[in-house]
Amino acid sequence: MTDKSGEAKRSQTPKGEVPISIGSVDRRGAIKLLGLGALGAVPLVASARVMDGLVRDIVKGSVAENQAADTVPTREAGRIRQWTMVIDLAKCDGCQSQGTPPQCTTACIEGHFAPQPMEWIEVYEAELNGGGSQFIPTPCQQCENPPCVKVCPVGATFPTPEGTVLIDQDRCIGCRICMAACPYDRRFFNWGTPPIPPEAALSDYNPDHQAPASSGTVMKCDFCPEMARDGTLPYCIQACPNDAVWYGDLEEDIATNGRTVVKATKLVSDNNGYRLKEHLGTMPRVFYLPGHGEDIGRDPHDEGRMPTEWPWIERAEGAVTWTR
Amino acid sequence: MDTLNNWRERLISKTTRPTLITTYKYWLWFGFLLVITGNGVFQYWKQWQHGLYVTDMRDRISWGLYITAFVFFIGISHAGTLISAILRATKAGWRAPVTRIAEFITAVALLIGASFVVIDMGRPERIFNVYLFGRWQSPIMWDVMAITTYLTASVIYLSAPMIPDLALYRDRLADKVGVVRNFIYRTLSVNWKGSPKQQKLLGKAITIMMLVIIPIAVSVHTVVSWIFSMTLRAGWNTSIFGVLFVAGAIFSGVATLIIIMAILRRIYHWEEYLTEKHFLYLGYLLAAFGAFMVYVNLSEYLTEGFNLEEAGLFAFRQLFLEDFAAMFWFYIIGGLLGPVVLMLVPKTRTIAGVVTAAILVVVAMFLERYFIVVTGLRVPLMPYEAANYAPTFVEWSIFAAGLAIFCLLITIALKIFPMLAIWEMTEEHAADISDRPTEEPNMVGADIVGSLTSTERLPDAGPPAEGGGS
Repeated sequence: MTDKSGEAKRSQTPKGEVPISIGSVDRRGAIKLLGLGALGAVPLVASARVMDGLVRDIVKGSVAENQAADTVPTREAGRIRQWTMVIDLAKCDGCQSQGTPPQCTTACIEGHFAPQPMEWIEVYEAELNGGGSQFIPTPCQQCENPPCVKVCPVGATFPTPEGTVLIDQDRCIGCRICMAACPYDRRFFNWGTPPIPPEAALSDYNPDHQAPASSGTVMKCDFCPEMARDGTLPYCIQACPNDAVWYGDLEEDIATNGRTVVKATKLVSDNNGYRLKEHLGTMPRVFYLPGHGEDIGRDPHDEGRMPTEWPWIERAEGAVTWTR
Repeated sequence: MDTLNNWRERLISKTTRPTLITTYKYWLWFGFLLVITGNGVFQYWKQWQHGLYVTDMRDRISWGLYITAFVFFIGISHAGTLISAILRATKAGWRAPVTRIAEFITAVALLIGASFVVIDMGRPERIFNVYLFGRWQSPIMWDVMAITTYLTASVIYLSAPMIPDLALYRDRLADKVGVVRNFIYRTLSVNWKGSPKQQKLLGKAITIMMLVIIPIAVSVHTVVSWIFSMTLRAGWNTSIFGVLFVAGAIFSGVATLIIIMAILRRIYHWEEYLTEKHFLYLGYLLAAFGAFMVYVNLSEYLTEGFNLEEAGLFAFRQLFLEDFAAMFWFYIIGGLLGPVVLMLVPKTRTIAGVVTAAILVVVAMFLERYFIVVTGLRVPLMPYEAANYAPTFVEWSIFAAGLAIFCLLITIALKIFPMLAIWEMTEEHAADISDRPTEEPNMVGADIVGSLTSTERLPDAGPPAEGGGS
């Protein structure tokens, strides 16, 4: 049973092919489908999740086991994907040119129903040394040496064989030591009863997508492992109008921004890629290519971006929101 | 001249006074504490319903007054260890009247401190996940282990030396107190008859616990500090934190002990037993620890400040000059240097001076815990505006309830347990007068043996403190 569900998912992708390339074929279509307030489409996504969750729930023991044994997408026997993200800051203008809030954040919120004010991928604006600013979209850095995992008293946050860090909100006790430990400010707490739109309420809970959110627990960017297994790119990458974000697999050494497929390590090296707070030794799986939006013609002195919105919040009954 | 027996009878009557006599003032105080506790319980019920939303903690400053209270109370719990175990181990004779109170403070403060961790949890109903899924790699688990061990050890260390006194209460107060207390005395005095074998066993037990509890206590506040220092945050991630926390814990523990001693002394007229000498010695201890804390702080801030990093600069600015400057300087000047000065100046080397110093220390140490927790979290990790935190009414209410329950438990304990260590004090007094070239030197021993019934015989087997004296 367990194997079947995993097999079924894998069979959607032809063996040996990069699963993400499917997403790239119809990227714009995907954005429309998933996106940005297209009300009709959202329940579809959610219901797919419900089915998924149901199947998995029947067979699942503990979540961590489930992660480890059943759903690891292997390309060939013994090979486990190692998800990575490369963010090209030279192509990021915080969606100034679009006149919208950062589309990666918006799509993430739409897709994950991240409660307000959680921006699992947050576009920070940092000052440049010579004046002006750059935009830094910041998802969970998916550290290989994750400080958050080390401190968790109950193993509610755990590393997966795919090299990502997930949170089991069914186990989390809400002590928040992981939030104190994360050096990137990438963890979010449900301080109150989180806003849950009807479509998220239908979703069967799984650490892979974290919906529906539950009060008194921690959440964060999960690197969309379910979407990757299904051969789709994470919401943020699908939504980026400037193809600034790449998703890839370090095991196969491949990355795509939805338009082209490249060698991941070469992309990083050729463009002087770096990681945030490298000196801490956290070994993030998120790489940055330096820049301030110059590739798409952004003037570094053109500062500020539109504030993030949670358009579905009005559909969440009795929603409580807070500020960070 | 006072015979030892008279002295002891007077001590017993003074010690049993709170147990036997309850004035309206007691009930007034009791009611006052109940009201504060009630409000705290009500506010916690609100928090249970709405989640931590009712606090002012948010993602960026994700710990606040509750964790402050946790560190503060666990710190206070170090009163018992130092006074009782260290002074017992070093055979400091003057400790006898002080130990019992200190040990009660320890047990009670630990209970309150540990509760604040649960109060701070987002999902308190999942507390048992800590046992079901506990990972020993997590500093939180270190705390769970250390604190439960310390609590167990403290309760044993409190109750074991109390056995002879409880047996005395069992024998003397049987018809003066109700069923409940009689039951407590009978149970907890574990059939103590004062036989040589029992005395020997008790002496052994106390010695073992005394030696065991010192490293446990040191480990407790060290791992409390490691919750903070194991993170990658400026101001927290430093190896001196363990020392700072343990020293601070003993510092605030001694101060709390002084305050409670002063209150009990006044209410129950224990001037004969809790003398100026006791206060002064504790005051010197306070001053010594104050000076040591200055040294630790200096060492820490200079090391971090000499080659100032960006995050360190922010941490320093908010601490020394901006939002937290008032707190910080009160802590340094009032809380650390204050006791030193008060003990140095002959004019303030009095009970009033010591109590003043103690109050300064308790307030300062609370503020220190607060600014350590909040400023560490406040330093921005990414390019964002620093967040702010101000505890809400709910948080203050629950904190106040913590203080109230602390007082309440001690208040209740007064009605049940002997707050002065009768047998140890008698022993010490006996040693004291036998040291002196008194009128009837040979009568002392006879005095004890002759005048006591077998069940009340002095357990002179306690290895600690014998012949301590002056």
